[in-house]
Amino acid sequence: MTSQLIQVKNLCKTYENEGVSTRAVCGVTFNVAEGEFVSIMGPSGSGKSTLMQMLGFLDRATGGEYIFQGQNANGFSDDELAEIRNKKVGFVFQTFNLLPRTTVYENVELPLLYDGDVSGDNSAKVLSALRSVGMEHRKDYFSNQLSGGERQRVAIARALVNDPSVIFADEPTGNLDSKSGTQVMKILQGLNDAGKTIILVTHETFTAEHGKRIILMKDGGIVSDKEITTRRFAMDGELLK
Amino acid sequence: MRVLDPVKISYRNLVANKFRSFLTVLGIIIGVASVIVIMAIGSSAQTLILDQVSGIGSNLVGVLPGASDEKGPPAQALGIIITTLKYEDFLALMDKKNVPEVETGCAYAQGVQTVSYQKNDFSFSVMGVTHDYINVENVELEQGRFFVPEDDVSLSRIVVLGAGAKKDLFGIDDALNKKIKVKDENFTVVGVLKDKGSAGFGVGGSSDAIMMPLKTAQKIILGIDHLSYIRLKIANPDEIAAAKEDVAKTMRIQHDIKNPKDDDFSVRDTASALKIISNITDILKYFLLSVGSISLLVGGVGIMNIMLISVNQRIREVGLRKAVGAKNGTIMLQFLIESATITLAGGIIGIVLGIALAFIISTVVTNFMGYDWQFIVSGQSVLVATSVSIAIGFIFGLYPARKAAKISPMEALRYE
Repeated sequence: MTSQLIQVKNLCKTYENEGVSTRAVCGVTFNVAEGEFVSIMGPSGSGKSTLMQMLGFLDRATGGEYIFQGQNANGFSDDELAEIRNKKVGFVFQTFNLLPRTTVYENVELPLLYDGDVSGDNSAKVLSALRSVGMEHRKDYFSNQLSGGERQRVAIARALVNDPSVIFADEPTGNLDSKSGTQVMKILQGLNDAGKTIILVTHETFTAEHGKRIILMKDGGIVSDKEITTRRFAMDGELLK
Repeated sequence: MRVLDPVKISYRNLVANKFRSFLTVLGIIIGVASVIVIMAIGSSAQTLILDQVSGIGSNLVGVLPGASDEKGPPAQALGIIITTLKYEDFLALMDKKNVPEVETGCAYAQGVQTVSYQKNDFSFSVMGVTHDYINVENVELEQGRFFVPEDDVSLSRIVVLGAGAKKDLFGIDDALNKKIKVKDENFTVVGVLKDKGSAGFGVGGSSDAIMMPLKTAQKIILGIDHLSYIRLKIANPDEIAAAKEDVAKTMRIQHDIKNPKDDDFSVRDTASALKIISNITDILKYFLLSVGSISLLVGGVGIMNIMLISVNQRIREVGLRKAVGAKNGTIMLQFLIESATITLAGGIIGIVLGIALAFIISTVVTNFMGYDWQFIVSGQSVLVATSVSIAIGFIFGLYPARKAAKISPMEALRYE
């Protein structure tokens, strides 16, 4: 039986701003097993990105329970959260978030500089991650010398370099042209095929259908949680909408 | 994380933002360089002055008119004219029965007068001195002769020129037996002194002075009957203290003073004069240092300013670093290392620049102004400048670093 990676019970996030409370996510319950490819989908303001930030340990929930690999995340300190972000999760953002005026190699190496490992050489891991996204030949380029699609592939390599348990991708194709978007989805599907858990956040049904399961959100809650019966497979020539 | 990783991260950031790093470093470079230069100028000036004073000789006892605290400057140095010191006092002090330790001595009456030669007017220090001046002051004659004992009381209209005064009046021409005018009175040049330099601070340099017999100066030129000061050369330097006692006793008898508290004179020796001058120049040096330190402080505030701007500009970067696992402490360390690296680099460049400037100043002053200006950069000033600049990096980098460390990764990534 596949073990549960993520267990979420009644998860809530309320923002307090000058005495005004805003509920971004409320009463969300679901599980994600290891090796799944889950698409969290919903319109703007549905709470999908907030949910992903909590699942990715970038933000803390204000209510409910979040169990990650059997451990309750509510009690984690800031430093423990940082360590989990470094070792257990990888992020791919819509805007790539590569460091400017920094080479591809240095961008991918970044998580390794914070991993607490005092031995070994980073270059093997960095080059392996770059190879897996087909960007090894660009390792000495600066991030501003790359196209959007290439930047996102470098961002995926950075997310992979510490061999995390799960990759969170927040609108990874949102800033890309159709061809580059397809390449990115193809990489994510390939990683999932290799056993990596992927949680994708998108507002596009077409992109979401590249996963194996879609959690549909609206107004901070889950509307539906279904397996995809007719899954899409990213391939050359396919145009993302 | 490897030990050097925070350094690697900071280094990459500084290199990636070269211009911003350079602008930040500039403030520290200027601050450190000015501290080094100011300390060097202070030390060189102090050495120059002390060398000039000690060049007079370490076995001199000076008698000055007016009472003064042993540690403070004499009243005369503050511009107060006291007329209690007379030629008779000088004669009494030169009497071995009164002051057996004395080898020789000189009485001085000095003022500033217009001196002219062939329609060229100059303003010189005119010193009326007794005949043994050259022995007391350790000066040598370049040409001609000095005064003889008879000249002391003869009202002879003769002068001996200091080397600087000779150069100003006659240039490279021969000055011996030429007539010059001092306060419209004709004088004949009978001798020229060798150049011994001038401290330029009124501490006994004879280069820019014109010497004439004491009585001539008092009666014809200055119109006074008192002395400016007396200097006595003591044969054995070990007897300076005893000589000072004897001088004081003699002066009290001369001036009919019963209680030493009523003294109207001061007795000083060169060693204590050196100590006073050293104290004064030390104060000046530290005053200059404090002025230089202000510029270093301004450089530090500049660093804080740029680092704060840098934190604001790099909020997304901080968010990303936290997203990939950087802990709060690591982010803080990174920013602190960045600011300390900036200040250390600025400190090193500032030290090199400061030393170069101090060297240029010493070369210019020595070669073009004629002073024996030594090139002195103390290890202490380099150490102070380096440690202060690193400390400034840490202190002024601390607030921006804390600010960066506290940023929430989620908010930072959303920051536009």
